[in-house]
Amino acid sequence: MSGALLAATLRDPAQATGYDAPTWNALIAAARAEQLIGTLAHRLDGQGISEAAQRILTDARASTDQGRILALWEAEACRRALVTLNVPVVLLKGTAYVAADMSAGQGRMIGDLDILVPRDRIETVEHALIEAGWEWVKPDPYDDAYYRQWMHELPPLIHRERDRMIDVHHTILPLTAQITPDADAMIRDSVTLANGLRVLNPQDMICHAVAHLLADGDLAGGMRNLWDIHCMLSGFGTQGLEERARLHGLHRHVRRAARLANALYGTAIPQDWRTRDSVDALFKKRLLARDGWGQVRPKWVEHGFFIRSHWLRMPPAMLARHLWTKWRKGHRPN
Amino acid sequence: MRHVFAVRIGPVGFRVGSDWRAPVAALEHLYRDYPKPDDDIPDFSVRLFAARFWRRFVRPSVMIGGDYYLPDAAPLPLRLGLLAAEMGMNLQMALAQRRYLLLHASAVERDGRALVMTGMSGAGKSTLAALLMTRGWRLMGDEFALVDPATGLVHGFPRLISLKNQAIGVMEAACPDGRFGPLQPDTPKGDIRHLVPHARAIQAMRDPAKPALILFPGFGHAADERPVLPGEAFVRLTQASTNFVAMGETGFDVLTSLVKNTPARAIDYPDTETALAMVERLWSEIV
Repeated sequence: MSGALLAATLRDPAQATGYDAPTWNALIAAARAEQLIGTLAHRLDGQGISEAAQRILTDARASTDQGRILALWEAEACRRALVTLNVPVVLLKGTAYVAADMSAGQGRMIGDLDILVPRDRIETVEHALIEAGWEWVKPDPYDDAYYRQWMHELPPLIHRERDRMIDVHHTILPLTAQITPDADAMIRDSVTLANGLRVLNPQDMICHAVAHLLADGDLAGGMRNLWDIHCMLSGFGTQGLEERARLHGLHRHVRRAARLANALYGTAIPQDWRTRDSVDALFKKRLLARDGWGQVRPKWVEHGFFIRSHWLRMPPAMLARHLWTKWRKGHRPN
Repeated sequence: MRHVFAVRIGPVGFRVGSDWRAPVAALEHLYRDYPKPDDDIPDFSVRLFAARFWRRFVRPSVMIGGDYYLPDAAPLPLRLGLLAAEMGMNLQMALAQRRYLLLHASAVERDGRALVMTGMSGAGKSTLAALLMTRGWRLMGDEFALVDPATGLVHGFPRLISLKNQAIGVMEAACPDGRFGPLQPDTPKGDIRHLVPHARAIQAMRDPAKPALILFPGFGHAADERPVLPGEAFVRLTQASTNFVAMGETGFDVLTSLVKNTPARAIDYPDTETALAMVERLWSEIV
C-alpha cells in the first residue's frame, strides 16, 4: 500500500534514491492524495533522485512556497479587519505553523484560514469580518442554524475578492462532542507574535492537532495531521504535555497520537507511553489506506471511520434527526 | 487500476488508469506515435472509474478522477470514455500545472517562431490552428500553450485535436488522409471528433519556440483588424490563463514580459479562408 510507502519515505528520505518508476508513481499519487507532496519535496531535498521525479517535487515546492505567502497575507488581512476590536485572535493549524516558522509548516499545503477567538466576542468578530468583505458560504438555513447551535465555529465565510475561506472558532471541538477542551485557557495562555496575532502555546498546539485528528472527523487526510503532530512532538518534546492534555480531556488521545506518530514516522516519545493498544491497528489501517493510484482502499475502513465521526459528534437521537433532515434534502453518502 | 495507458504530450507526462478496456484501447490507438513519460514517471495521474462497483457493467458511467479533480463533476457514459480521458488530462493541467504559465490558447510554429491564438470558446482558435497545420505550419497545440518562466519560450502541448460540431466537417475536407478518432455525438459540448496531429507536430513536440505574434480571433463578423496594446493583451491573457493567479509573482513576471515583447492583434473574420489569408499577411508584415 502506498500510504506505508509515503510514511517510510518521510521517515527515511535516503531510501528514495533506490526507487524504481512504479514506486515513484505510487509515492507521488499517495503524497498528492494526502496533501503531503510539498512536505515530501522538502524531505527529499538534496537526495539524488531521477530527474522526472525531481521536476515534480520542485513544482510542488514552488506551489507550497506560494501557498505560504497567500496564507500569511490572509492572516494579515484578518488582522487588519479585527485590529480595532481589541480581541485576541489566535491563528490555528497550517497558518499558525508558518506564522510561527515551525518545521510542521515546511512544504505544508494550507487551505482555509482558521482562527480562534473568545466565544463572548464572536458576534463582534463576525460583524467586523463581514464589514471587511467576507460573506457566508452556506445559504442553507438548516446548515447555518446547525453551525450556530452545535458547532465549534461559525458557518464558513469566504472573502468576495480574494476567494479565501475563514473558519472562526470559539473552541476546538463541536459542542456536541463528549469532550470539552478548555478554550478559555487556550486563549489565555496563547503566545503573541511580533505582528500582534497569536498562536497556541506548544502543548495546546499539540492538543488541538490531536483533537482534530482523533476526536473529530473521519481521519481523511490524517497522514498530514499526524505529520504535523510528529514535527511538534519532535520540536517541542513532551514536557508538561500530559498534564495540559488532561486539562482538556485529551490525554488518552494525545497518547494514542504519539504512539501512531511513533509507529508511522519514528517519532521519539517517552518509554512509558509505548504501551500496546489493540485499537491502534485500526487507526493505522485507516491512516495508511491508499493504493498505488492514491485511492482509499479498502473502502470499508473509510466508511467505518465516517460513521465513527458522526458518532463522536452527536448523541444518537440528534444523529438520527440530522441524518433524516439531510436525507430529505437529497444528500446521499458516497 | 485494471487498464493503464501512459503518454507524454509536449513536456508533460500522463498515466491514465481505467476500470474499462475501451477508453485505454482508444488512447493506445490514437496516441500510438507518442513517446512515453520521461523515466516512466508521469507528471499526472488520471483515473476513469465507476462510482459504484456494479456501474462498471450496468449502464456503465465514467467518473473522472486523478491527482486533481473537481468534486462535483458529472460522469460521462462509457461510449464517451475517450472524451473523459481527454477531459481528465486537461483537468490536471488546468488545476495543477505550475511549471509553465498555462494559456488557454492554440499555437503554431514556423521558422522557430510561435503564433499564439486565444479567445472565447467558439472563436475558432482550435480550427484555425488545425487548418494552419495543413498548410505548412507546425501545430504546437490546439488547447494549451505553455510559457516557460525561465526562458520566455512557448512550449507546445500537441494533444489530439478536439474538433467540435462544424469544425469536424471542415477538417475532414481539409485533411482527407488525416487519422481521425471515432465520432462522439451528443457530448456536453455537442459533437466531438479527435484528429491526430501531423507526424511532424509529434516528432518536434519537445522543441519550444519564441513567441512572435499573439492573435485574438473573433468569428462571425466582417473582416477587421486592430492592434492590441500590451495592457489589454495582459488583461485578456490573465483571463485565458488557468494558473496565472496560482503562480504568483512568477506568473506576473512571465506574462508581463510576454506582452511587452510580443506584438498582438485582434482580428474579426467571416469565414476561415479569410482568416487564414489575414494570418499569413499579418505574419509576413510583423514577423
